[in-house]
Amino acid sequence: MLAFIARRLVQSVIVMLVVAFIAFLVFRYVGDPLAALLSQDAKQADYDAARERLGLDQPFYVQFYYFVINALQGQFGISYRLQQPVSQLILERLPATIELAFASATIALVFGVLLGIYTALRPRAFSTGVIMTGSLVGVSLPTFLIGIGLIYVFAVELKWLPSFGRGEVVQIGWWRTGLLTQSGLRSLVLPAITLSLFQLTLIMRLVRAEMLEVLRTDYIRFARARGLSQRAINFGHALRNTMVPVITITGLQLGSVIAFAIITETVFQWPGVGSLFVNSVAAVDVPVMAAYLVFVALVFVVINLIVDILYFIVDPRLRDGARTGK
Amino acid sequence: MTDLPHSPEQPVVAVETSRWKTFLKSDIVWSYRHSPVTIVASIVALLLILMAVFAPLLAPYNPFNPATLNLMDGFTPPNSTSFSGKYFALGTDSQGRDMLSTIMYGSRVSLFVGFMATLFAMVMGVGLGLVSGYVGGVVDAIIMRVADVQLSFPAILIALLIFGVARGIIPPNQQEGAAVWVLIVAIGLANWAQFARTVRGATMVERQKDYVSAARLLGVNPIIILLRHVLPNVLGPVLVIGTISLALAIIEEATLSYLGVGVPPTQPSLGTLIRIGQQFMFSGEWWIILFPAITLILLALSVNLLGDWLRDALNPKLR
Repeated sequence: MLAFIARRLVQSVIVMLVVAFIAFLVFRYVGDPLAALLSQDAKQADYDAARERLGLDQPFYVQFYYFVINALQGQFGISYRLQQPVSQLILERLPATIELAFASATIALVFGVLLGIYTALRPRAFSTGVIMTGSLVGVSLPTFLIGIGLIYVFAVELKWLPSFGRGEVVQIGWWRTGLLTQSGLRSLVLPAITLSLFQLTLIMRLVRAEMLEVLRTDYIRFARARGLSQRAINFGHALRNTMVPVITITGLQLGSVIAFAIITETVFQWPGVGSLFVNSVAAVDVPVMAAYLVFVALVFVVINLIVDILYFIVDPRLRDGARTGK
Repeated sequence: MTDLPHSPEQPVVAVETSRWKTFLKSDIVWSYRHSPVTIVASIVALLLILMAVFAPLLAPYNPFNPATLNLMDGFTPPNSTSFSGKYFALGTDSQGRDMLSTIMYGSRVSLFVGFMATLFAMVMGVGLGLVSGYVGGVVDAIIMRVADVQLSFPAILIALLIFGVARGIIPPNQQEGAAVWVLIVAIGLANWAQFARTVRGATMVERQKDYVSAARLLGVNPIIILLRHVLPNVLGPVLVIGTISLALAIIEEATLSYLGVGVPPTQPSLGTLIRIGQQFMFSGEWWIILFPAITLILLALSVNLLGDWLRDALNPKLR
């Protein structure tokens, strides 16, 4: 298992280096960093001085080396648009995105698994048909339209929930949380549901397909023959064996959730990292774009690693070193 | 598929009419006739496409001609007559633009970007997939690793990034004209990997077959083998992915435009219209957002359903 994780770690480092290289190319060659930093009437001498001060006259690989060193320390320079350190900007907005992502992942996991089990155990029921058709329609609708629809129904017409922002927040150290106030929680509901719907349908269909598969196997028939209760069979035997693919997909989806949060955050004007990225793209704020790229890649790589380790915990067959490849 | 006049199953003597009859008796037409959902979806998609293509002829007003706009006509509700005595079936927006005409022109932009982006992704993906599957080795490994990495990131994120980079490279005074093409390239580049993967798999299967070995022994140029012999045999799955990817491209374009990084406001697509309409949702002017949203949903849903049907019809083994 250690060898397997070590190999995975090496792979992750390579992926991160490649992404850092792309981010570096974007950072260095898109737009002119000097033009963004110096005032309009700067003289040639100022340019040369600034170029030397920022190390832009150094060879390519030296610049990349410093980019990686700085990135490792979380330094991505200063945002052109907001004139603040990028790391500080991202750190300030990270709690909002993480709270949103985890809230939506929880909703997706809980309801996805429950609905998946329900539809698998009653394959011919009318309610199953309704749920399955609904999920198909939900998948083919763009996320932002679902968000707008929810705003229209629950904020504009019914006036139950706020339509934008995070509500009141509480500062705990550097973490600004919206989970401790009533208005913060109310503000979280609509964005979290919007973000969760896509994953929810995915998890539901996956659990359903896996359950249907497992329920047909011999050991389930044998468990029935032994006279075990339906509940013990469904949850103790069947559900447990559907968990490996579910964990994979959920884990891998958590990365896309961070990225899909871009859309949800824009719809609900949620002050997270995603809306920061969209605004940066619109304003060609290159340092923020480069930093976001590295950040998202890091999230993906870390999640992949955690998912791999979770396999060992969930599936005992892998634990004895029976499988060491990928 | 296209022009294969000398394939052994189809005798050269077959005249046009009998070929048409054979087509009508084929499995694919049978499955089309027996799927009411598909028939409805294809009619809806066709109507929307026709409406978009012939927008300049069909639209009751020209929404982009400032001379015909009257601010007094702004916020006219649907199916009513405005202050200046004009009739608006779907109402007007804040500037007095006819919503029906704006939607027609908007679908035109959406469909154009969608089709071109899918074409771009298809050409690039099929080309790289053919090379990857036929040549194998290091080339294959590199192309497929890039595709793997790209597939693990959401397409919308990649499109956003490419869009931002292009914005930084293109000089500001040319940006408005180039925006549509930048969007097409960004969405196309975000979607090529699906094509490449499928075509690579199919090509590896075809490469083992005797007709390819025979062509190779005859000393046919590998490029000719790929394009004339292998390509027609891998087109089925490409068509399926193409349809599904068209629906995706339309949604991606709408999303980017909704986020405010898509087409310029002078050429609003459906996504831009929804973005604008959202501002008026809170003050009760629901029609400004509702009709573009419905059009987008119908478009995405009908193309998606067609893609699903095509997948099942061309590949009965699935499901």
